[in-house]
Amino acid sequence: MVPLNYYLVLSAILFVIGAAGVFVRRNLITILLSVEIMLNAVNLTFVAFGRALGSGDGQIIVFFVMTVAAAEAAVGLAIVIAMFRHRESLNPDTWTALRW
Amino acid sequence: MLLLIPLLPLVGFLVNSSLGRRVGKTAAGAVACGAMLASFAVSLLAVVRLVGLDPESRAIVSRVYTWIGSGDFTADFTLRLDPLSAVMILVVTGIGALIHVYSTAYMHEETDAEYARYFSYLNLFAAFMLVLVLGANFLVMFVGWEGVGLCSYLLIGFWFQKKSAADAGKKAFIVNRIGDFGFVLGVLLAFVRFGAIDFQQIARAVAPMSPETGFGTISAITLLLFVGATGKSAQIPLYVWLPDAMEGPTPVSALIHAATMVTAGVYMIGRNAVLFAHAPATLTIVAIVGAATALMAGTIGLVQNDIKRVLAYSTVSQLGYMFLAMGVGAYAAGIFHLYTHAFFKALLFLGSGAVIHALGGEQDLRRMGGLKRDLPITFWTFLIGSIAIAGVPGFAGFFSKDEILFRTFASGHTVLWTVGILTALLTAVYMFRLVFLAFYGERAPAPVAPAHPEEEEPAAHRASGAAHAPDATHPTHPAHLHDAPPAMALALVVLAIGSVVAGYASLGGRFERFLEPSFAPERVQEVADRGLETTLMIVSIVVALGGIAIAAYFFLRNRPAADRMAERFAGPRRLLEHKYYVDEIYDAAIVQPIWIVSENALWKFVDARVIDGAVNGVGETVSSASDILRRVQTGSVRAYAASLFLGVVLILGYYLWPR
Repeated sequence: MVPLNYYLVLSAILFVIGAAGVFVRRNLITILLSVEIMLNAVNLTFVAFGRALGSGDGQIIVFFVMTVAAAEAAVGLAIVIAMFRHRESLNPDTWTALRW
Repeated sequence: MLLLIPLLPLVGFLVNSSLGRRVGKTAAGAVACGAMLASFAVSLLAVVRLVGLDPESRAIVSRVYTWIGSGDFTADFTLRLDPLSAVMILVVTGIGALIHVYSTAYMHEETDAEYARYFSYLNLFAAFMLVLVLGANFLVMFVGWEGVGLCSYLLIGFWFQKKSAADAGKKAFIVNRIGDFGFVLGVLLAFVRFGAIDFQQIARAVAPMSPETGFGTISAITLLLFVGATGKSAQIPLYVWLPDAMEGPTPVSALIHAATMVTAGVYMIGRNAVLFAHAPATLTIVAIVGAATALMAGTIGLVQNDIKRVLAYSTVSQLGYMFLAMGVGAYAAGIFHLYTHAFFKALLFLGSGAVIHALGGEQDLRRMGGLKRDLPITFWTFLIGSIAIAGVPGFAGFFSKDEILFRTFASGHTVLWTVGILTALLTAVYMFRLVFLAFYGERAPAPVAPAHPEEEEPAAHRASGAAHAPDATHPTHPAHLHDAPPAMALALVVLAIGSVVAGYASLGGRFERFLEPSFAPERVQEVADRGLETTLMIVSIVVALGGIAIAAYFFLRNRPAADRMAERFAGPRRLLEHKYYVDEIYDAAIVQPIWIVSENALWKFVDARVIDGAVNGVGETVSSASDILRRVQTGSVRAYAASLFLGVVLILGYYLWPR
């Protein structure tokens, strides 16, 4: 029986890795991947709590999150393709028109 | 019925101001004169009814409506006719009506629109003056008080195209405003102290008190009210507007600055006689200011060369007498002088108007002379007015002035009496100097530079220009001078008769007894010493005749002697000709500092720096702060995400951190 905290720590590590990827990587696709890692870190937390509390609710929410993540990946990649066509670059720092 | 008295002139004002320019001069003049005559008739009826009442409770009250009701405080629009206001309404409507009639001829050269404007102002003025004297409480009185101030501004500045006239109007308005400020403060203080603004209620509240020994609340109230009176009635220190008010048409000077408006202050003190009687400190100040004004204005009148200015200073001087009377507690004598003075001063102003009219706008005494032959009606009526004001026995001014001087002496103010008798001498001298210079001798051939060129009246100029073309180009060569036209002559003759007979109203103390209820219940200081009165009377007769003799010697018999005197006393003469430099002193002490402070401190510092600075400063602060803050908006999505993340972590950390 693995204690709950182990899962939570692993989840936190995954989340931080994802967040760091979003903040530091300069490739839009990598950023999208990092967002997926963060989502899955959250999923892991839900499942771990559901198991620890003997409830199915955590797993049900994970299904919702996975559905949304799939939709998000589809829309996100479509946007990335549209942006790439526009400027021939995947670096998000080239997209800074909305500022002073 | 009482409401009709001020309402009729007001209707005249409304008709003339709205339709006057279309209906032509005859109709406009008829409406204005008709309104005044009707008002006079109603006043007469009202006074007859008043006299028919029991002497102890003589008053007709007409509550028109409740004007203000707020909690415990109510102010009714109430008109009240008692003996004091009866005298006033007769003076205002009677003499007012005569001046209206006179004006129809005097202003005839104006255009239709100007003519109608003139008469609408004149009617409006009469309406406000009647509200002032009929009002039963301070608030209603104040409506009239401000109203006459407004109308005097409009009428003095009637020829507003002339800068000097417009300036004189503003000066009158502003100086009056200073006085009105004191008046309002006095009314407010009276309300705080007595909880009422009705004259009767205040009098009833005060009557049982004993007179203040020191300087208490009542003294403060009365002193503030007196400040208002000095503004309206042209006393030291606020008299400076009245001589300048001669910029207006001459009938206006007669109406406003001799017969009615300037008496408002005297009337107001009479109206609050009970209140003033409880403040001996104020009364002393009133008496001293009155006597000082009388003397000062009399001396200035001695050397002025403008016919209207002499009369203007004479008015200030006579008003000083009235305040002297009020100050020594001789209220009835003061009001009596007001009443007689209204006749002869209106007569003198209208007479001078006739002279100016005949000479085509000439106002300088040095360029007059010998008018006796050409203007007989004007001359004789003017002479009667001068005799009356000088105090020759048998004429109106003698009765009232003698009464004031006697009361002053009897109340123990010997110094003030001396000042008064000296002023009486001056009065006789300057009035007869005027008469001898204008009507006797020969007309000066050499043109003299006019003392106040800006004051010559455009109406009279136009009159001569249209009717007697040669006169206009050579005003010093009388091709032919025409005496007063019928409307003017009528007014002059009626006023001349009044100047003779008006004084007899007081014989046997009838006038005083009639007014007594208005000043009652106390302060009927009976003076029994008839022997003293006779002695004093002889003194004032001698003084009056002496004054005339002095004037006759210097200005009729021996003109060079007058010039020698003038040379010997060149210093004092210059002082007098410049009116003691009071205008200059006020200019340096008050006007210039206000000007400098306004321009350099208020405008260039407070407005331009502080206020504009605050407004512009806010804008600049926001703008420069934004300059710094906008650098946060990098446009980098990752930076936004990082700050979002950091924010969430901080907020969650704050709430979840184990304490």
